[in-house]
Amino acid sequence: MAESIPATPELAHDEHGHHEQSFASKYLFSTDHKMIAKQYLFTGIAMALIGGFFAYAFRMQLAFPGMDIPFFGVVSPGEYNSLITNHGTIMIFWVAMPIILAAFGNLVIPLMIGCDDMVFPKINRLSYQIFLLSALVLISSFFVEGGGFGGSWVAYPPLSSEPQYNLTPLGSSLWIGAVGLEFVAFLLGGINFITTTMNSRAPGMKMNDIPIVVWMIVIASVLFMASVGPLLAGAIMLLFDQNLGTAFYDPTRGGDPVLWQHLFWFFGHPEVYVVFLPPLGMVADIITTFARKKLFAYRTVLYTVFGTGVLSFTVWAHHQFISGIDPRMANIFTVTTLLISIPIAELMFVYIATLYGGRISLTTPMLWALSFIAEFLIGGVTGIFLGASGADVYFHDTYFVLAHFHYTFFPIAIIGFYMGVTYWFPKMFGKMMSDFWGKVHFWGTIIPFNMIFIPLFVLGTAGQHRRIYDYSHFPELMTPGMQDMRVFATMSLLVMLAFQLVFLINFVNGMIRGPKAEKNPWKANSLEWTTESPPPHGNWPPSEMPTVYRGPYEYSVPGREKDYWPQNEPT
Amino acid sequence: MSDRPIATTRSAAGMPTGKLAVWWVVVSEIVIFGGLLASYIMHRLAHSDWGEQAAHTNTWIGAFNTLVLLSSSLSAVLAHKAASEGNGPKAAKLLWLTILGAVTFVTVKGFEWAHEIELGYTITSSTFWSFYYTAAGLHAAHVIAGAIIMGIVAVAAAKNRELHRVELIGIYWHFVDLVWIFLFPLLYIAK
Repeated sequence: MAESIPATPELAHDEHGHHEQSFASKYLFSTDHKMIAKQYLFTGIAMALIGGFFAYAFRMQLAFPGMDIPFFGVVSPGEYNSLITNHGTIMIFWVAMPIILAAFGNLVIPLMIGCDDMVFPKINRLSYQIFLLSALVLISSFFVEGGGFGGSWVAYPPLSSEPQYNLTPLGSSLWIGAVGLEFVAFLLGGINFITTTMNSRAPGMKMNDIPIVVWMIVIASVLFMASVGPLLAGAIMLLFDQNLGTAFYDPTRGGDPVLWQHLFWFFGHPEVYVVFLPPLGMVADIITTFARKKLFAYRTVLYTVFGTGVLSFTVWAHHQFISGIDPRMANIFTVTTLLISIPIAELMFVYIATLYGGRISLTTPMLWALSFIAEFLIGGVTGIFLGASGADVYFHDTYFVLAHFHYTFFPIAIIGFYMGVTYWFPKMFGKMMSDFWGKVHFWGTIIPFNMIFIPLFVLGTAGQHRRIYDYSHFPELMTPGMQDMRVFATMSLLVMLAFQLVFLINFVNGMIRGPKAEKNPWKANSLEWTTESPPPHGNWPPSEMPTVYRGPYEYSVPGREKDYWPQNEPT
Repeated sequence: MSDRPIATTRSAAGMPTGKLAVWWVVVSEIVIFGGLLASYIMHRLAHSDWGEQAAHTNTWIGAFNTLVLLSSSLSAVLAHKAASEGNGPKAAKLLWLTILGAVTFVTVKGFEWAHEIELGYTITSSTFWSFYYTAAGLHAAHVIAGAIIMGIVAVAAAKNRELHRVELIGIYWHFVDLVWIFLFPLLYIAK
């Protein structure tokens, strides 16, 4: 592998941490996993601002059709389609994936398993560069002739494959190209995560001593790797349909549009678990730290997650109950879909059992972790309605689906992000964020979040269809009660967006003027808290690389003076 | 202390890191081709008329290319053997022989395609031909990429450097070979 030749200056020095690096090699072309984590984090935050702005624009249009929206203008039908499509695309592929998987994966894996970097630092850097390129390609698609792709983030043909339907000939090709590039970036990153964890753990660290969050990121990477291939092949076919005139998805010329749906959801459903598992792992590490209690049933968690991963490959057609698939097939997928709620429910109980009897301190990261459990629970329970094919026929393509989806992905992408950032901020930047303003931001986010989406559940059960640009054209969907709820949801969104400023200010202020963080501000056990905040290049001085003596969850061990027991402390 | 990260020197899973990574690359490639071929097979089962179109592919050229690729895998194995004995220059020569196989494969494929396009069988002729060109094209891209990487490995191996990479590119080469073993019957033999 080419990365083991020290061709660039930042690798070609003898002692870690004593080498002057130029600005470019330190911040732009770094191979240090901590810097790459920050690159992913900041790119993800920038994309989140774009995705959030898109949500603002189309929610304003839904509440006040035809309004001249401040900072945007009047939303045309084509723009509306492009806004919802790219809101979904950005939030999943350019916010959840880079922040939840790549940023935290890069930050915590080497630190938590006690090594100095990823095993392939240059492939890691290449992964980020391809990711950045993919983000630029996506953004450029908004400005080409015809505008950005508007065929929804699932890109079903023929809408996605035929320019005469989507009216965005260039935008749709750039969209699929950007998604494809992004997948390549995360395949490279995933190989790094998996091999690093398999091979480079600190001496003494057995499989059962690996923190749950690392396990979850690695399992997520395996799921991604095993599911994305068919969609990559499908993306090539879609590109050919768009640009070469092939007919893979055109039924009039021997193709099949449902083929895309199978390829997309064969990836799409495991993808839910790809982004769900890492924050679920963060919850395990955060609640044990702040409840000062051992994780309940470590091995059960692992086996449950393995089971979830396997099952996640057998549920994809529950997205296609009304796509004309065989009803007998729909029955099978109903059963598998309802089955997968069992391991997830089990994990919820494991976490509640972990909290039970603990000495809980409600710090900001702990609040986020607890809210993750609570909000995801609502997402999970409403999913059962949609997984049952009989009920789904009624709910399909209503706002009920949309609200359910956001009760799963908001905890994943947004709560997961705040949970991880507030917990590892001291390690990332060597400073502390304000806990008070953190809590203000927490309540200012969680309460409006529920106020946005609970009305959408109600609207969905009343039959509000998803893909409508202007409800005033549909009198039965424009009763005052329904429109009032749309306005209420949009107002709540404005409140929530406003409170994100509190976070941004707290985040930047903490980075610049926050009090200096000590090595282990939370008194936690895992290895990242045994080095300086922020860790030097190489994480530990070469002579002090940690050795591991126990698992990461030994809190409040009877007979010990301190209520925590770092993994690297000799017995 | 060497200039490499300490991480690269550890081997907790009992397998060299490079080899582990190549296997994961192969896993991710298997699902890419798996998805494409599964799509093809499902279509093919639903369209019995594709057999007539497949009859226009040239089985003998396909068979010749199969032979070429299989033989090139043999030289890749012999290169690995030479490398594990520490004989870098010999490994390099055998790798160049493997690359010669790759070049032959791609050249033959080029003439084959040119002939078929001349006869009017292009990528848009029908869904069968779309799959034919897409699947074989994706495979050919892997042959070309593999040959280029093999060239880089061979240049280093000739100077007795990075000999462990001879095995890694060999693993990848066998995978590329194996994909063709699936493509050949699916695209050429089943009529």
